[in-house]
Amino acid sequence: MKKTGLKTNDLILQTITKIVLFIVIIFSFHLFFAGHNAPGGGFIGGLITSGAIVLLLIAFDVKTVKSILPINYVKVAAFGLLIAILSGIGSFLFGVPFLSHTHGHVHIPLLGDTHLATAVIFDLGVYFVVVGVTMTIIQTIGETE
Amino acid sequence: MNNNIIILPIIIPMITAVLLIFFNKQEKVQKYLSAVSSVINIGISVFLVHYVHTNGIISLEVGDWKAPFGIVLVADMYAILLVLTANIIVFACLLFSYKIVDYHRSKFFYYSGVMFLLTGVSGAFLTGDLFNLFVFYEVMLMSSYFLIVHGNSKPQLRETIKYILVNVISSALFVISVAFLYAVTGTLNMADLSLRVAELGSSGIIAAISIMYLIVFGLKGAIFPLFFWMPGSYQAPPAAVTALFGALLTKVGVYSITRVFTLIFLQDIAFTHTFIAWLAVLTIIFGVIGAISFSDIKQIVIYNILTGVGVILFGVSTMTKSGLEGSVYYMIHDMIIKGLLFLLVGIVFSITGTTNLEKFSGLIKKYPTLGWMFFIAALALAGIPPLSGFIGKLKIVQGGFEQGEFVLAFAVLLSSLLVLYSVMKIFINGFWGEEKIPQVLETSQVKSLYVPAAFLLALSLFYGLGTEFISSYIKQAEQVLLSPDLYIEAVLKE
Repeated sequence: MKKTGLKTNDLILQTITKIVLFIVIIFSFHLFFAGHNAPGGGFIGGLITSGAIVLLLIAFDVKTVKSILPINYVKVAAFGLLIAILSGIGSFLFGVPFLSHTHGHVHIPLLGDTHLATAVIFDLGVYFVVVGVTMTIIQTIGETE
Repeated sequence: MNNNIIILPIIIPMITAVLLIFFNKQEKVQKYLSAVSSVINIGISVFLVHYVHTNGIISLEVGDWKAPFGIVLVADMYAILLVLTANIIVFACLLFSYKIVDYHRSKFFYYSGVMFLLTGVSGAFLTGDLFNLFVFYEVMLMSSYFLIVHGNSKPQLRETIKYILVNVISSALFVISVAFLYAVTGTLNMADLSLRVAELGSSGIIAAISIMYLIVFGLKGAIFPLFFWMPGSYQAPPAAVTALFGALLTKVGVYSITRVFTLIFLQDIAFTHTFIAWLAVLTIIFGVIGAISFSDIKQIVIYNILTGVGVILFGVSTMTKSGLEGSVYYMIHDMIIKGLLFLLVGIVFSITGTTNLEKFSGLIKKYPTLGWMFFIAALALAGIPPLSGFIGKLKIVQGGFEQGEFVLAFAVLLSSLLVLYSVMKIFINGFWGEEKIPQVLETSQVKSLYVPAAFLLALSLFYGLGTEFISSYIKQAEQVLLSPDLYIEAVLKE
């Protein structure tokens, strides 16, 4: 981009970003939870969430996004890894082999009869790892001169 | 039955690596945490060796899925001995790193990288599934990419590009080989594969796939026409990292060749195993040629890795009781001794600031401990009788003679002479002669570096002198390699 000294006016981009951002994030959550019975899961959910944050980075600049989301993404990735490992180790407590998962129907007040699986916890770990790694890569490359 | 303990040598370094990411700014926490987890890991590995020794092969069906359908982790004696050795090497290299790696580097996740490397290596040894093996290879290789470039010097950057390029290509070949084998047999579990390949009998496609696996693992383990990437790549990183690489990475490739060619591809031994034998001997020859031609001590030790790989593979290719037993002996010896030699080279480098033999001499007057440690390590490498390299090579040569491969077995024997010459050249030119040291480090500064090297040297001495004590474990490892039925039965539990 040519440096003109003038600040470019990207009002339209920024306004649309503010609206679209939430739609994208909700879609990524939808994909994340759909993973058990339909296409989706932690990987694609994480990628789309980071896609939303990248949209923020495009519409605003690195500094602004850092002040909105003061997150250390390396730690996010490590946190996700920890969740994934712990979801596997949880099986030690029940005396079954590593990474054994279980599921069951639970009655939750508002949602009614819900099918819950512990595999979601593992997927949550994957989700965090993908968000963490993608954002680390993009931010690191974006910040180096 | 619940064999969750098999997963611990994989999961403990992994958790440690993750925790180290959180504490990347606190150098003390990093050192203590990695040391403690390493010691715990050694303890668990020792217990597992004992457990497998008394109870036979144990396997864990991850996620409670039955054997051919889920992933299995199998701890037979060979795998678990290698896991123990790998853990010991990592412990020694960690101790060495504490002195060598400064805060500036350690805060950029150095110790996490080492722990992830250990995760990959242990996983590759313990897995019983071909695709899982690929995944653990990648875990190991990614950490090695990170460790080789860590520190950011120019030669490191250049060699990393080569190293990554070669390994990406070999990984792609690995995936293709897995795809071929899956298309032919329809399974990925190693024990199940062994049965199905046996049902197919000797067909051309299986022989072709087996050679593809040889190429893939040969690229990782640096055998004769595929070792070209190794001398440069191992030259670049600092000593502690090279010690890890030299002791662990190529050995995983050799282990995979051993596993695959003693468990799965047994139909056409006359073709495949003769092929391996020739490649092994050529590897040895090129290794010793490299080792005697260089006057850079790091390069000499790097080319000795090649020789070691060749000797182990020759033992495997004989498919005799003594040959396989010898290859197990030699494998463990080679891991320890290569770790030790690279650490010693690292000490020499931190004293003199160079690894070029022409630039220094007469080290033994100021540093007698270092000199004699190097001398014993050199004798052990060449295989002088009371030391650790002897029994393995003896058995391997015996296996070669039993098979009637006199020329090849003699080549293995003769290589010892040249290996001895190459390391004695370091001793004579570097340690003897008049004192000429470009820069001098205080003896007190060097002393703390001796500890990990002395630890490995003591282990190597014990391994050589206590052969009596170790032999029952090695025999058990060799039994599984020689009769794959034991392995299949333990995994599939019919």
